[in-house]
Amino acid sequence: MAKVEQVIYRGAEAEIIKSTYLGRDVVKKHRVPKGYRLPELDKRLRMHRTREEAKLMLEARKAGVSVPIIYDIHLADATITMGYLRGSRVKELIPKLSDDERRSLCYAIGESIARLHNNGLIHGDITTSNMIFVDGRVHFIDFGLGEVNREVEARGVDLHVLMEAFSSAHSMYPDCFNHVFEGYTSVYEGDVMEVKKKIDEIVRRGRYR
Amino acid sequence: MLSLGIEGTAHTVGVGVVEDDDGRCRVLAKVSRMYHPVKGGIHPREAANHHAEHLPGLIKKAFEEADVEPGEVEVVAFSQGPGLGPCLRTAATAARALALSLGKPLVGVNHCVAHLEIGRGTTGCGDPVLLYVSGGNTQVIAFANHRYRVFGETLDIGVGNCLDKLGRYMGLSFPSGPAIERLARKGETYVDLPYTIKGMDVAFSGLLTAAQQYYDKGVRIEDVCYSVQETVFAALTEVTERAMAHVGKDEVLLGGGVACNRRLRSMVKTMAEERGASFFVPDDSLCVDNGVMIAWTGLLMHKSGVRMRVEESFVDQRFRTDMVDVRWRR
Repeated sequence: MAKVEQVIYRGAEAEIIKSTYLGRDVVKKHRVPKGYRLPELDKRLRMHRTREEAKLMLEARKAGVSVPIIYDIHLADATITMGYLRGSRVKELIPKLSDDERRSLCYAIGESIARLHNNGLIHGDITTSNMIFVDGRVHFIDFGLGEVNREVEARGVDLHVLMEAFSSAHSMYPDCFNHVFEGYTSVYEGDVMEVKKKIDEIVRRGRYR
Repeated sequence: MLSLGIEGTAHTVGVGVVEDDDGRCRVLAKVSRMYHPVKGGIHPREAANHHAEHLPGLIKKAFEEADVEPGEVEVVAFSQGPGLGPCLRTAATAARALALSLGKPLVGVNHCVAHLEIGRGTTGCGDPVLLYVSGGNTQVIAFANHRYRVFGETLDIGVGNCLDKLGRYMGLSFPSGPAIERLARKGETYVDLPYTIKGMDVAFSGLLTAAQQYYDKGVRIEDVCYSVQETVFAALTEVTERAMAHVGKDEVLLGGGVACNRRLRSMVKTMAEERGASFFVPDDSLCVDNGVMIAWTGLLMHKSGVRMRVEESFVDQRFRTDMVDVRWRR
């Protein structure tokens, strides 16, 4: 029987394909070749990014953060096969929650981000579109812009991205980021005031005014 | 409506005269002079002296070329920023003097916005993502929420600046872009270089150092140029594509001096084709700094009701793209 594969999302860099793997529902993240790039450079970049993303997902799991299970990595084809998450995107979930539920969800998001940061991991694109709520737990997806980095600057930028996402996508719930930061504070092992100051500094920079 | 514009943000001083042709820009005059440093890069004061020396002649020549009387011009526009202080002040002084002597309104134009508007005015695109690449500026700009917003930009040096520094290091003259493009066509072997993208931003200083080291180690200059072009332009094309996906626009426009590079054009064109988008680039003479784009943007601003008194016409070296209230697009 032919396998049914369907592209469910097409981004600038990769396409997300719904498929099956050994009888399980999976998604494949395939970084597509770019015709404008020199083939050798294109291949180097796609392989490197695929490897880095898989490594970060593994490290995130070790740090105690929920991420999809990786079933297979095909480097030459720049594809990661991972478990399909049957849940709701946090972006769509937030407006449906009660104030208390929203507060505890945001708190849990903050705890997870702090676990990443405690282990030197930067997600790089923390938005509510990149979080999926399954069985009471927030799962993080799309580590494509992530990196290993222990600098406060990187942590500040990481949180600032989420702050911006909240203010654009969830402007009617202005307290969300504060709840995230409470959760973050409860788990973060470094000087949380330093991170707070960094975020304030980033907000003040011209670009983001 | 007739408009005269004076450009003077960096090494080029230019004067343009344009007419509104039912929403399209008709160019009546396009004259310019470029300051060439004796050695090294641009010396701001020397460049400003150069501009001051040539402006009276250029303005006269522009009127002759356009075949209009000075009194027929309805608005005088100038590049208000961003740019080098002495150059900006020189162009602004000329514009104020001209506007006052003719008794015509004066309007200050944002240079980056002008690069985008001249593309819209002459190529037929409507709502593009602009990849603006020049010596000092490298930005990915698109219209959102009544403003031209910068979605991506360089975190260190402009792409043209990167090419010029590399060129100077390898003994090429300023500006080095055209020479690098010629040499790159004879390149055969690609050498690995840092490819730095952070979200929708790019950075080039690490690549510049690495390229200089390859040159020192005896890698053929043609191969250095080829590898630099392939890497730098791919990174620019990638962030442009990301911005297009992010803001959901299906037109891409090139602008700035580096947009004259044929390899960059072909890459952005290929990217556009692969995602079913349309590709636009103005004539070479309108990609580089020019007075026409200032005249055209000034005309749009004036028609939308923007007014500026001479007392408020200060130049701004750090005039940001998103500071402009885009009243002519509502």
